[in-house]
Amino acid sequence: MEGPSDGAPLTALLSRRAIRIGAAAADWRAAVRASGEALVASGATDAAYTDEMIRTVEEIGPYIVIAPGIALAHARPSPSVRHAGMSLVTLADPVEFGHKSNDPVRLVIGLAAPDADGHVSALAMLADFLSDDGRRQQLLAATDAMTVHALVAGFEAGGLSDRPRQAADQGKER
Amino acid sequence: MGLGSGLLLRMQAEKALKQLGLEADLEVADIGTARAVAQTADLIITSEELAAQLGTVKPRIVTITNFIDLGEMVTKLRAAIDRP
Repeated sequence: MEGPSDGAPLTALLSRRAIRIGAAAADWRAAVRASGEALVASGATDAAYTDEMIRTVEEIGPYIVIAPGIALAHARPSPSVRHAGMSLVTLADPVEFGHKSNDPVRLVIGLAAPDADGHVSALAMLADFLSDDGRRQQLLAATDAMTVHALVAGFEAGGLSDRPRQAADQGKER
Repeated sequence: MGLGSGLLLRMQAEKALKQLGLEADLEVADIGTARAVAQTADLIITSEELAAQLGTVKPRIVTITNFIDLGEMVTKLRAAIDRP
């Protein structure tokens, strides 16, 4: 298959063009749309995928708010996905998604996957990155995409020793 | 659908089980197939929202609020497994 493999590093899936800082979003639809547009800007998806992401939330509900202040927006693999990719959008103002515990959302991660496991290790690394309060604050305080990309790249470079274990985990899934 | 939140939960559960010194077969299921899969499962890990949609099933259900907080996963898994 063309494009990044299962073990594609986070920085390979999260391009600088897919990072938006301080996006204006009046509601959750606009917030998800911003993350979809960032995926389109990076070349990972067609615009139709953005609508599919919004429809997914309408169907299944606000469960995409996976942690306090963080939404993980995605839809099923579809023809609108050109290659695996991620986007990262910080919102100018927090937005309510209707989640009982994790609202309001400050950060939307967009995820596009042409298959079930091309993004496994990148998603694991992003979750590790975001699980630390200090790193999350740094990310939210960043004023430009370059800074965010540098933060992520720095973390990835420091965390490479964790990779072989993740690669072994992916093998089990097939 | 196992690509986003489901995948995250599986990865966190793997790490938590390792910390607890336990082995398990983990399977990601969407809400449509979860009820069938539940017949053979010992434990279901999901969010509060999806647990409500799942309704009454045989296995114990562990609900996770913060999908990237390994501490929450470890604490809740340990409690669910220790419970008689």
